[in-house]
Order: sequence, then C-alpha cells, then structure tokens
Amino acid sequence: MLLLFCKKLRFREISESRFAYLIILPSVVILLGVIFYPIIYTFYLSFHKMFLTQPGIVPFIGLKNYIDFFRSSSFWNAILRTAYFAFLSVGMELILGLGIALLLNQGLAGSKFLRIAIMIPWAIPTVVIGIMWKWIYDANYGALNGLLFSLGIISKYQAWLARPFTAMNLVIIADVWHMTPFVVLIFLASIAGLPKSVYEAARVDGASGWECFKNITLPLLTPAILVVLIFRTVETFKVFDIIYVMTGGGPANATQVINYYTYLETFSYLHFGRGSALSFIISAIVLVTALIYIKFLKKEIEYI
Amino acid sequence: MFNQRKFIRVLLYLAMILVAIAIFAPFYWLIISSISPTSELLSRPPSWFPKHVTFDNYINIFFPKTGVAGAARIFMYTIRNSVIIAGFGTMISLALGSLAAYALARLVFPMRKQIIISILATRMLPAISTLIPLYIIMTKLNLIDTKIGLIILYFTFSIPYVIWIMMGFFGTIPSELEDAARIDGCSRMGSFFKIIIPLSVPGLIATGVIAFMLAWDEFFFALILTNTPNAKTVPVAITEFAGRHLIDYGSMCTGGVLASIPPVLLALIFYRFIVRGLTEGAVKG
Repeated sequence: MLLLFCKKLRFREISESRFAYLIILPSVVILLGVIFYPIIYTFYLSFHKMFLTQPGIVPFIGLKNYIDFFRSSSFWNAILRTAYFAFLSVGMELILGLGIALLLNQGLAGSKFLRIAIMIPWAIPTVVIGIMWKWIYDANYGALNGLLFSLGIISKYQAWLARPFTAMNLVIIADVWHMTPFVVLIFLASIAGLPKSVYEAARVDGASGWECFKNITLPLLTPAILVVLIFRTVETFKVFDIIYVMTGGGPANATQVINYYTYLETFSYLHFGRGSALSFIISAIVLVTALIYIKFLKKEIEYI
Repeated sequence: MFNQRKFIRVLLYLAMILVAIAIFAPFYWLIISSISPTSELLSRPPSWFPKHVTFDNYINIFFPKTGVAGAARIFMYTIRNSVIIAGFGTMISLALGSLAAYALARLVFPMRKQIIISILATRMLPAISTLIPLYIIMTKLNLIDTKIGLIILYFTFSIPYVIWIMMGFFGTIPSELEDAARIDGCSRMGSFFKIIIPLSVPGLIATGVIAFMLAWDEFFFALILTNTPNAKTVPVAITEFAGRHLIDYGSMCTGGVLASIPPVLLALIFYRFIVRGLTEGAVKG
C-alpha cells in the first residue's frame, strides 16, 4: 500500500534533478549568452586585427596584439601605475579599516552611531565621489586649497590635479575614502565572531593589549584579511570610473591605469583587437593575483 | 594605572572624532556647495558656512527653464532611467537568481558542483573582457541606447552575486520544514514559494538592496552603451556637468547630492541587511 502510494507520488512529480535543471536553466542560459560567449569572442578578437572603422575585415594576426603590448612602454607604465594604485590604496584601506574596526569595537559612546554613519561614503555612487573630490582639490576655489591656505600651510593656491605626483596620490585618497567602510564592515563582522574565552585566558596569563592583538586578533583575522586583499586588489585592477571623472588619465598620462588605457585603445582609437588583448591581460593579472594571495595566506591559516 | 587608562580613553575618543570628521566633512562640503550662491562658492578661501542659502541649483534641475544647461535639463530623465533600469534589473536577477540558488543549495543532482564553480568564476572576471563583444552584439540588435539593453546587462551581472548570497540563506533553513510540506502534498514549486521564500525575506532584502545599489552605481557600460536621455543613467549625466571650458560645480554638486540620496537612504535604512549580505557574500566568497 505504502509502496503504491510512493510510486504514484513519483509518477505525478518530475524528478528532483530534472526540477533542479529546470529552475537553473534561465540563469545559466543568460550567463552563457551575456558573459561566457562574449569572453570567448574577446579571446577570438584578441588574435585578430579589427578596427571598428573597417568592419568585416578581420585578419588573423596571431599573438601580434599581445607582443606589441609587451614591447610598448606605455603598456608597462600603465601596469606600473595600476600596481602603485592597488598597492597604496589596498594597503591604506587595510590598515585604516582594521584600525577603525578595532576602535569601533571598544564599546565607546557614539561607536554605534559611527558604525552606521560609516556606510555613507560607501553608499555614495563612485562617480559622485569623483566629482566631489575633484571639486575639493580644485586649483582655483577648492576646499583643500582654502583649508591649507587658511591654516598657513601653503602660501598660494596649488593646482593639485595638474601635477603628476599629487594627482595620482590624491585620486588614491578619494578611493580610500570611498572603500575603507567596506573593509571596516568585513573586519567588524569577523571581530564579532572571535572567541572571547581566548582573550580571557590570555589576560589571566598576563598578556598586554598589544600582545593580545599581535598573537590572537591578527592571526584569527587572517581569513578576513585574505578576503579584503583579494576583493580590493581585484577591484583596484579594474579601477576606471574615478579616474575618468577626476583626471581623465592625466596630467601627462600620470593616472592612466590599465583599464583606462584599454578604454582609450578601444573606444578612442577604435582598435577592438588590441582592446580585447588588453582586457584579456587584465583578467589574467587579476586571476594570478588572487591565486598568489590564496596560496600565500593559506599557509598562515594552516599554521594556526 | 588609573591615569594611564584615562589617557588612553581620551586618545580613543579623539580618534573617533577624527573618524567622524573624515566621514562627514567631504559630504558636508558637497551639500554646502549645492546650496551656496556662486559668489560664495568662488571666493578665496571659501565660506565654510554659507551666509546666504539658495536652492536655485535644485530648482534648475526639478523645473528646468529654457536657459538651463544640458546636463541639468536632462537630469530628471536620467533619474527616471536609473530607477527603471536598476529596479527592473534587481527584480529580474532576484527572481532568476534565487530559483537557481535554491536548486544549487538544496537539491541533489549531477554536475551540481561544476555548475556552482563556473557560476562563481564569473565574479572574478573583469567585466571589461565582455565589453567589446557586447558592444558589437548590442549594435547589431539595436539595443544601444535603450533601457532594455542596460537592464539585461545589469541583471546578468548581479545573478552570480544573488546566487551566491541566496545559497547561504537557503542553506540555513531547516529541511524538516520543507519535508513536512511535501508530505502534506505540496508540490516542489509550492514548497519553494510557501516555505522557502517567506523564510528568506531578510536575505532577499539584503541581496536586492545591494544589487540595486550596484546597478545605480554602474558607470562604465552606461557610458559606452548610452548616448541620449532615452537611456542615459544618473552617473553618466553627472559627468556631463563638466562643460567644454568650465565646470559648473554648483549644479554638479547638486546632481551629486540627488544621485546619492537613494543609495545613502537605502544603506541607512537597511543597514543590518546590507552588513549581512556583504559579509555573507565576501567572507564566503
């Protein structure tokens, strides 16, 4: 009787795996069409010479696009600038993020308020971050000049974004302002999950605050640090919006990071084959960076 | 000992005040610049607290007259476009993504692991490596400068993210509840809608808010794939306040304030949901 009932049930219903495939299908089809197919197409284009101005003529040129870039100094300069941007901004975000998270974790009055308020810089759209800081750095009427001038630190207004060195570093500061809150959130969530008993034991053994931080907090936060490093490095390698808005790659190409270089190559010079090769190089760098981080920090995690 | 602890406390509070200033000062300046008259905006040093407040910049955007410059005139259209594009994009990605996440998190079937890995791998790839083909395809399909074109892109980009977070949320729902419903004669679809969905409302809110904010923020594809008020989004409009020769910073800041209001409000209202969504997505990613 029971067997019959079960059989009937199975007959009426479609099988579990068929049901699963059925409801996954829409997402998979869309991802195949809008992401995987274009990526394969990009890969194909990167071995061809293709100008948008001459559609239809797409000769195969093998690795020439790639080799051209590896020989060009403007490519390597863009890579170096991107690495500089990534190193400084991720480094600052990591240190500031950890510091602020620890500070807000002390249970001081007002820390609940700041925990929520810190969402504001993260929530503001990237383009708005760009125009806001561009206006602050403005050479003639900017708030930074006004502030430093009023304090007597500078004797006359400076054109901050017109000088290569300051331009790059000030753009990085804008990016750090925007993204540090994300890092703070990740660290706050991880700190909340740390075992309290370990700290109590350490205190009983007479460990100082610094020793607790160095020997307990930091090692236990390694997974969170890994997450921040991977996520943020990957994103800084893709940085575009803030550069486009604040400097347009200038002055004298000083802020021309790899993604901006790709944008110019593709949509200003309309060189789609070369643009495809560049975007593939960026993808490769991103993946390799992520793998290195995972390998390097995994050892540390296993050590605990 | 007591004094030293007091000293550290003072230092900590000082640090908190610094953090507060760092958070609010730039945003304060953006708002002040949007309501200051031009004469005060263009003084040296600027007046930190405006003596006269004017809402001309806002009036120019909300009720543009004939003399108003291009970006301010089309700004309300771009706000509408952004709401439509981010709104529909979010809803579609939530619908499709949570169905897939349910199957991947709770059903047993062959190739499950491979499908999960390949869906998540798309999150690592820079979107730029899809741009050129998408541009070519969309030109052929006449989807350049249409809202539909951007909606398709934005919901596709957030599907892997929705799947990832919703898998986490679905995984926390005890399977006994579903089994009970199935024994009572609920179909597979029925138990998904009657048991799983009501229990994962917090997850859907968290994911939806973040997906909406990401779409609202997106600039690169919008810049390249739109060129008229028909589909232009807010971030693109903001960059256009910069004219050929001079930048109208007052109106630009006004646009910036208006563009920030929706995401900032969402972030503050749904603070808890977003924190959970971000940490679920990041820590496990």
